[in-house]
Formats: sequence, structure tokens, C-alpha cells
Amino acid sequence: MKDFAALFTAIDQTTKTSLKTKALAEFFRTASDDDKLWTIALFSGRRPKRAVTTTQLREWAAEVGGIPLWLLEESYPIVGDLAETIALTLPPPNRISDLSLTHWITELKSLAALDIDARKARILDAWDQLDPTERFLFNKLITGGFRIGVSQKLMTRALAQATNQEEASLAHRLMGGWTPETTSYHALIEADDAEADESRPYPFYLAYQLEDDPVALGEPDTWQAEWKWDGIRGQVILRNGTHHVWSRGEELMTDRFPEFARLTDFLSDGIVLDGEIVAWDGTQPFPFNTLQARIGRKTVPKKLLKDAPVILLAYDLLEHEGQDLRNLPLQDRRARMDALLQDLPEDAPVKVAPPLPLDTWETLAHTRATARDNRAEGLMLKRKDSPYLAGRKKGDWWKWKLDPLTVDAVMIYAQQGHGRRANLFTDFTFAVWDGNDLVPFTKAYSGLTDEEFRKITAWVRKNTQQRFGPVRQVTPHHVFEIAFEGIHASPRHKSGIALRFPRMSRWRHDKPLQEANTLDDLKDLLETYG
Amino acid sequence: MLNNVLSFTDRGIYCPAGDFYIDPWRPVNRALITHGHADHARPGHRSYLCTDACAPVMRHRLGDISVETVKYGEVRKIGDALVSFHPAGHLPGSAQIRVEVAGEIWVASGDYKIVADGISEAFEPVKCHSFITECTFGLPVFKWDDQAEVARDLNAWWAQNAAQGKSSILGAYSLGKAQRLLAMVDPQIAPILTHGAVENTNAVLRQQGYSLPDTIHVTPNLNAKQHPGALVIAPPSALGSQWARRFGPSSTAFASGWMRLRGVRRRRAADRGFVISDHADWDGLMQAIKQTGAENIYATHGYTDIFARWLNTQGYNAQVLKTEFGTDEDDTETAIGDAA
Repeated sequence: MKDFAALFTAIDQTTKTSLKTKALAEFFRTASDDDKLWTIALFSGRRPKRAVTTTQLREWAAEVGGIPLWLLEESYPIVGDLAETIALTLPPPNRISDLSLTHWITELKSLAALDIDARKARILDAWDQLDPTERFLFNKLITGGFRIGVSQKLMTRALAQATNQEEASLAHRLMGGWTPETTSYHALIEADDAEADESRPYPFYLAYQLEDDPVALGEPDTWQAEWKWDGIRGQVILRNGTHHVWSRGEELMTDRFPEFARLTDFLSDGIVLDGEIVAWDGTQPFPFNTLQARIGRKTVPKKLLKDAPVILLAYDLLEHEGQDLRNLPLQDRRARMDALLQDLPEDAPVKVAPPLPLDTWETLAHTRATARDNRAEGLMLKRKDSPYLAGRKKGDWWKWKLDPLTVDAVMIYAQQGHGRRANLFTDFTFAVWDGNDLVPFTKAYSGLTDEEFRKITAWVRKNTQQRFGPVRQVTPHHVFEIAFEGIHASPRHKSGIALRFPRMSRWRHDKPLQEANTLDDLKDLLETYG
Repeated sequence: MLNNVLSFTDRGIYCPAGDFYIDPWRPVNRALITHGHADHARPGHRSYLCTDACAPVMRHRLGDISVETVKYGEVRKIGDALVSFHPAGHLPGSAQIRVEVAGEIWVASGDYKIVADGISEAFEPVKCHSFITECTFGLPVFKWDDQAEVARDLNAWWAQNAAQGKSSILGAYSLGKAQRLLAMVDPQIAPILTHGAVENTNAVLRQQGYSLPDTIHVTPNLNAKQHPGALVIAPPSALGSQWARRFGPSSTAFASGWMRLRGVRRRRAADRGFVISDHADWDGLMQAIKQTGAENIYATHGYTDIFARWLNTQGYNAQVLKTEFGTDEDDTETAIGDAA
């Protein structure tokens, strides 16, 4: 664990990507195969099965640390990370060991077979031989979400450096449903194109936000425009007589969307489609919150399946007849996809997402303005001769989103942030006027600069009227412009509405309290865009 | 309260028996000041009383003010109150203020730490009935490593940077923290450069007789290349600024108790964070409170609600005291809680 802790420290002590990559590559050159495999797994979102609950961890840590549980619970939001809170609360270890990362993961996995007292004894024994950094990492293995400033992309690059392989081909190898239990470092990374995992998706190609006028992109006829649908990005894979559905977050969602099982009736093997999964009302997508109900369910009740059926709006063909097409120009991939999908029946769970007319940038801007009416968030612009790249790359694909909706709202509650933002007031509740009352309608956490957060933090401290645990009610005074992507009715909220992706777009120092928007204004927006 | 030795007003902590305030945040006739940080020693009072060790810094910061001084432990009678100042260990010249009226004793701690830092007058426990304590770091996750250990890490960081031809830029409060760091580092490694705000304070303290290693003031025409591998000590706000670019390739670090938290460390986006605080850690607070023998504890400045609740479970009669300390330091650091 000491070498892994040293790696973590090296990564944690720098903000420079190059230094992080270097440290990780060095680890990949020197660590054991098992430790390397687990490191790859951890930095690609895979983790050992949780052996104890976080509630148990908290109780045990408070007990060992000699403090009441509530005190640990109160410290947690301030530290912003449970694994760290526990590591900082425990007394110093009584002895020192240097067992490997894989040892500790194996130890954690073995706990599943033990009763609760034995599990506790083993966790306490581990804490008692690990230094604070090792403890933090050990706790992280249990609490999950191993986010320590290393993205999968950075990890892949380091691995490419250490193994002298192409980054893109490694990225592809790392996709799919493998776990350290089902493969080995050799099979995953080194073996000659091992039998491709039949469920393995391709790394998604991601677009950048277009900030400037599209005129800068050049001739319109070299570009293809599509709606930017408000669903979830997904790949549907048909191989070996079976199908798989992956989300962009590399989550296997096959069981959540049973609609796609029928595809094997219509399409042959060796096909991978990239597109947007949306809930479909027969002619156009339902608003996103209809799809949301589906995303939340691992098994889908019949009624929901009927009320919110999903389809794939396909916009790219990545594999056909088992051949990887990603290096073909987009227009050729499109032509093959159109030919492949043209004869599907009307009720098939896949439809072609048609390109939009693109004569001039000016007429396209008019089309974009109608995006909300078409249940889209804006437009996608793709260069017709572009290959399908891996990850977020500038140049060939752009998203040209609609300007967000905005309202001016009054800050009424404030709460301190977590993690990087512990000690700053960053989480705010906003209200609009309903007659002479302020009705809370949304929370927002982002959009201000560090400097603005510092200013508002100092102000909150001086203008707290009342405390409710960590939440402070403040004097209604500051008006912020809240930007959001969508609005829908919500019986769960006092105001009756809920926003999609709300954030603070501007601190309206110029706007007096009384001139903030009203609940009626919000209802009008709901009427128009909901 | 039957015997209100100190009461709490919107101007600050007030003693009716002596008609004076302790570290008031609005202008008053008579202010007793624990230490020179801007949230405790504010401008605009008609007269000031502080330790003789604290006065030069106050004059330096507040200009032409009317200051009376006392020695540590010297007892003054003000009205019906007996007043004395006792070392708080927070920074050179800092004090806790003891106030006794008709046998009832209160102590206002100001800011304090109980471990020796090599430059400040060592913290002295003072017996009292009621103790007003800061609790900037009043959570069990805040525990400080031994200063010698941190000094080793700090010197190793500097030496490694120097060996790689890089400067080491260390962000720290110009009053207190900077001088403590100067007392911790190994001046043999390379030259030590200081920002004007730090150097001005150094000059005041040197004149008082505090011993500090040699430092070089960074003036506009200083050629940083002539001091390769230097340690640069500057206020946190100078890091990442135009000012810091003159030092060429460099590694940056902050020295603060907040560096104990990874989230804060990452937010500051420095290469290193050294956990060095001029406030008491969790164990230090508990030890200090115990040593006062006080039954009534007033918690201020920090995680007051949580800390008071904890003290109540430990048999103390604890309350939260709302003050304006730690909210308005001229340096914006304090606004986000980096009182250091």
C-alpha cells in the first residue's frame, strides 16, 4: 500500500496533468500486475464490492476515535469526504505494515463471508496498521467513488506511456464489462487483441461547446447539422446474437431498456449504433423528466414501459458486419446507417436522427431558435468528412446549444459546500416573489467565481438570521440571475415547479430586491416551455 | 447572569465594571486588545491598551493611535475591574485578557495555541470561572502534527526545489505565521526572500528584539535570478499574481491549519499544503479549557455550535457567542476561514 499511497500523494500534490501522468506511468512501470490491474480498475470507475456499510464505518470510527457519532457526522460535511473524515478522526496507528493494494482489496472482499463482529475486528485491525494517507485510500476503497483527481483519460494516457501502446486502442480495450476478477493485467492490456469482449463499446466521441459564431467554421456544405436531443447518449451493440446498451457514463443499461431486445429480430450481428436514448411519444421525444423515471428504475414496471417507451435516435454507425468503421468519413458512415435502418418497421426501437437542412449559417440559426419546440436543447454540428474520434476532441464536432432560460431570484438560504468547497458558502436556495412572500423554488451551487464565493461567504456570516443545522437563513438582499435548461411541473416542490441544470449565471448587484421575478413569471415559463 | 463581569454587545465584549471593551469591532472609548490581527485590533478607538510586546505592531498597522501598554501578568485596576494580560501563544505579543470583578474571574482568550512555536511567548493557562474561547479548529478532525516533523517536510520541500533550480513560494500571513515559519526553516538551504508586507512586520519585530534569520526584501528592482533556489515568503494573495512571476520556475505552498483538509488544499491549487496553524487544534482546545478550571465556556469564532454542543456533553456550561472576529480581516483569506 505504501507505493500506492506514494502515487496518490504525488498526484495529490500537483495540479499539473503532465506530472500526474508521469507519476502514474512510473507506477505502471514498477508495480505488480495485480496492483496495476486494480489501479486501472479504480481509475475507470470499478471498485470492489462494498463489504461494510458506511453507517457501520462511521460508528466504528467514532468509537475508535473516542468521540460521539454525532460529532463525526457534523465534521463530515465540513471535511467534505467520509473516507477523509474517518482517516482524520482515528488515533495514530499502533504498528506499521506494508501490504499491497491487492492485499487490502482481497481482504475487503473476504469480509463478505464473515459475520459483522468479525468484519469490524478486521477493519479496526487494518486501521491500526495504516498511516493516515493509506487509511484514507483504504476507506476510499470501501466508500467507493474513487475520485482523486485522476480521470480515466489521464490514466489511459499514463498506461499508454508505460506500455508503449496507442492511447486510443488502450481506451477501447478498457471499455466494457470487465472487472479485475474476470480478467488479468496480461489479458486486458498485453495479450494480442484478445477475443474482443462481445459487449465492449467504443469510446464515445464528445463534442465541445461552440462559443463563437458558426460562420468561423467555414463553408456550411462541409457540415452536417442535427438536433441536439435532450436524452442520454448511448451505444446499442449487436454481436453474437445478443445485444447490449451502454450509456456514455459507461454504464451497462441493457436491462433498463428492454425495448432494444427486439432489435435482434430486425438487424444482423456485428452492428454498433451511436445515438440518443429518448422517451418517445410516437412522434417526438417526451420531456427529459419522463425519461428520468426510466433511468431511475433497474427493472421496469409494465405501466412505465407503456407510458414512457424509449427508442434510440441513431446518428452514427460505428461497426457494421463486425468491421470497425470509425475511420470512415461521417458522411459514409451515415450513408451506410441510413441504408441499414431504412426498412425498419415504424414501431422499431431505433429511428434515424435525420440531418437538418443546412444552406446558410443564418437559416440554421433560425432553425436553432425553434429547438425547444422540437424537444431539443440546440444543434449538433459535425464535419462531414470527420472520422469518429475517442473522447473530447476539438474541431470536428460542436454542440451549439440554445441560450439558457433565466430568472432573477433572491437568495434566502445558504449552506457550506463540500470537498474542495468546504468552508465556503456555495450552496444556495433561491426564491421568487408571491405577493409579499418569497417562495423558494430552486437550489444552485455553481456559476460564481472563487472570488464571488468568498465575498458572499463573508456576507452570509454577517447576515445570518437563523440556523437550521448546517443551513442558514439569511437576510433577503442579494439577487442572482439563475440560468437553467428546462422547467417542469413538480408536486414535490413548494413552488410547484422544478428546473433542469439551474446555476447562478450572474450576481445582479444592479437589481433591487423588489425587482426579482415572481412566481407568476415562473408559471408563464412553465406554460411556454414545460 | 448574577455577576456579569463581561457582557456581549453589538460593539463587542464589554466590561461594565471597568467601562471598557475587549477587541471591539465598532469604535469605542477604551479598547483592550488581545493581538494585532485586523479582526481583533481595529482602527477608530479613542484609546488602546495592550501588551508592550503587541504595541509596536499595532502602531505599525493602525498608525497614530493612543496606546497604553502593560507587561504580561501586570495587574491594572480599571474602574472596579482588575485586569491582566497573559501569553496566548498565538503570535509574538498576543495575550489572553483576565478580568476580575469582586472575585469573579473571566478570561477572554483572543486567539491562542498551546504548543510552543519557537518565537511567540508560550501560552499560559489562567484559572477562571468563565472562559471565552475561540474554536477556529474546534472539530476532532483538526489535529496538528509535531512542529519539528512539519519543519522537516517544509525544509525537504524547499531543498528539493532548490536542487531542481526552482524557487519555493510559501503563502503565509504576514503577521505571526510568516515569522513562525522563519523560525522553523533551515536558513542554510538557500536565501530567504520576503514580500514587503512580511518584511515590514519582520522589521517591527526585529526592533523589539525577536530573533529572525536574515531575509531579503523583494523590491521592484530585485533580480530574482541572483537568488537561485530561494524560499519566498509572501501573503497568500500574492501567490499566482503578477508579483510571483518574477521568481521563474517555482513550486508553491500554503501554510495553514486548513491544509489539513484535502478539499481546501485542492481549492488553493498550490503544489503543497503544510499544516501549520497558530490556533489550537482539537486536543489543544480541550486541554486549554480544562486547565482554566472554568465552568462556563463561551465559544466564538469557528464551529461554535458544534463545539458548544460537545462541551455541554462534557459537563461544561457552554454557549455560543456571536462575534465579528474572523470575518473581516483586511486580507481576504479570513473571509473564507483561512485565519491560519
